[in-house]
Amino acid sequence: MSKIKVENLTKVFGKKPNRALSLLSEDKSKAEILEKTGLTVGVNKASFEVQDGEIFVIMGLSGSGKSTLVRLLNRLIEPTQGSVYLNGNDLATVDQKTLRNIRRKDMSMVFQKFGLFPFRTILSNVEYGLEIQGVEKKQRTEKAMESLKLVGLEGYENKYPDELSGGMQQRVGLARAFANDSDVLLMDEAFSALDPLIRKDMQDELLDLQETMKKTIIFITHDLDEALRIGDRITIMKDGKIVQIGTPEEILTNPADEYVEKFVEDVDRSKVYTASNVMMRPETVQPEREGPRVALQRMRENGISSIFAVKRNRELIGIVDASDVRKLVDEKQDDLTSAIKRDALKVVEMDTPVNDVIELTAETSYPIAVLEDGKLRGIIIRSSILAALSGKEVNLDD
Amino acid sequence: MTEAIPRIPLDEWTRSVVDWMTNADFIFDSIEQVISWILQGLYWGMDLVPALLFIAILTAVTYFFAGRKIGLTAFVFFGLLLIVNLGFWDDMITMLSLILAATILSIVIGVPIGIWMAKNNTVEAIVKPILDFMQTMPAFVYLIPAVAFFGIGMEPGVIASVIFGMPPTIRLTNLGIREVSTEAIEAADAFGSTGTQKLFKVQLPMAKTTIMAGVNQTIMLSLSMVVIASMIGADGLGDIVYTAVGRNDVGSGFEAGLAIVVVAIILDRLTAGFGLRKRKS
Repeated sequence: MSKIKVENLTKVFGKKPNRALSLLSEDKSKAEILEKTGLTVGVNKASFEVQDGEIFVIMGLSGSGKSTLVRLLNRLIEPTQGSVYLNGNDLATVDQKTLRNIRRKDMSMVFQKFGLFPFRTILSNVEYGLEIQGVEKKQRTEKAMESLKLVGLEGYENKYPDELSGGMQQRVGLARAFANDSDVLLMDEAFSALDPLIRKDMQDELLDLQETMKKTIIFITHDLDEALRIGDRITIMKDGKIVQIGTPEEILTNPADEYVEKFVEDVDRSKVYTASNVMMRPETVQPEREGPRVALQRMRENGISSIFAVKRNRELIGIVDASDVRKLVDEKQDDLTSAIKRDALKVVEMDTPVNDVIELTAETSYPIAVLEDGKLRGIIIRSSILAALSGKEVNLDD
Repeated sequence: MTEAIPRIPLDEWTRSVVDWMTNADFIFDSIEQVISWILQGLYWGMDLVPALLFIAILTAVTYFFAGRKIGLTAFVFFGLLLIVNLGFWDDMITMLSLILAATILSIVIGVPIGIWMAKNNTVEAIVKPILDFMQTMPAFVYLIPAVAFFGIGMEPGVIASVIFGMPPTIRLTNLGIREVSTEAIEAADAFGSTGTQKLFKVQLPMAKTTIMAGVNQTIMLSLSMVVIASMIGADGLGDIVYTAVGRNDVGSGFEAGLAIVVVAIILDRLTAGFGLRKRKS
């Protein structure tokens, strides 16, 4: 079920923003509208759905409207047009009191520069959301401590924000958001202000926490690596417009346009790709019904020096070398079985990361077999990995 | 050429406005009454404590609440003893009640105006030039309408001090609230704070240091008004200075002036200390 549904959400900054709306419906660009009306288009007719328990990443460069978009969701910025449905309620039209209640109970936010209150202790920072709801002191302290424990900040509750490192401050930001028990978490460049190593730790931790908490997270970032690492789905924005929505793989393998393509050019694909992304269609022989001559003939046709032996249901048996097969042919044998080798063969699963596959290629001279339930789905040779990492299309049919 | 244009009768106009305003006697009377109560209350409260106990309390407060500075604490102790020694204690208490009354009024009126300015750009645009006007108009000028409305005595002195001293509190309240980081404001909003909760739980606490700097300025400006206020009958140390000037008595003028300086330094350091007071880490 979709938790959040955004329809046609638009934000135009400036006086009398309605002037820009008709131009937008004529598909005029952001620059044209700025020139004609002096209005800045922040978000241009964004529509998407976020599933319950999903990490939905919104990615774009600065000025792409991603931060505006996330603020339209909880109405820190008032939308000019469009709807945001949360559990079926249109947030864009609810009154202030309902909005306040939704902000208190259903949506929490984590900020890029943490947004902590410097004059409050860590504990009372985390308590803030509960405090303004009028939750009793004892109860909110309990809840806040629980939440601090979750992010690994036990023992820091009486410190002040400026006594903590950036990473720890953002943990406080997270704890504050968790303390409210809301289903939806809006994270605006939450890890961007942290240095790379800490950032990675925080990403891992968020993923760990998400395993158990199953929140619906909308995560804003300008960092594609981060998006690919944590996103279940990624939205790419440019000039206030959504350019593409897809899984990390879809974005990488099938960029919607040149903009996205340029974006994904520099990605370290070895971290994202799995064996299934780089495998090729294997040449096989079935010893149950095919003999040495067929095997030799098939190898010659394809210009290869070894061939995989499988059962009728494509279950992998092993591999045979051209030289061994030739020997069998010379000896006029009809059965391939004696030439099949299994030990020298390296196998991986469909979802093995390419990084691990690369290590294996060094240990064997044969192609690596990719299995699914013991059945041969594809093979990987060094050149197919290199091709995939350099961004070339790898096709199973090639 | 310039003679051709008749002189604009600005003085006439002002006079008739002030004359007209004196019709609203009852308003000024009640204001005067309130100020009078505040003054009497403050004086009564401070006079109740024997001088030496007062000094002991203030010294302790200085030590514990203004950063545990030995030098400052010693200054407060010996400075106040000097005032007792010179026989100015009672005058100092009188002066202090005038300053504190002016400060209290400045905070009570100034902070809400500052908050309003911070929340509304139009209000800011209107109030700012008025503040400039209030501060640049020579302080003596305020004495004239103050006397017209409130007669002579301590009360018009307080009024003149408030007009002259309030602008920094308003300005710095406005500035302090405007300076609160957008992220803190967004965080307060994103967690569902009401406007009042945001103001009292986030904006004012975060602006506290800046507001206190404004209050500190207000106190200093009120202090600079005490000699001027004595011209319209306000008692206290200022009056001694004023009398000394009339008699060309350098000796007592210097004594009273020195006492004012001591009080000024103590008030300044104490309020600055409160403003900057940070939690112990």
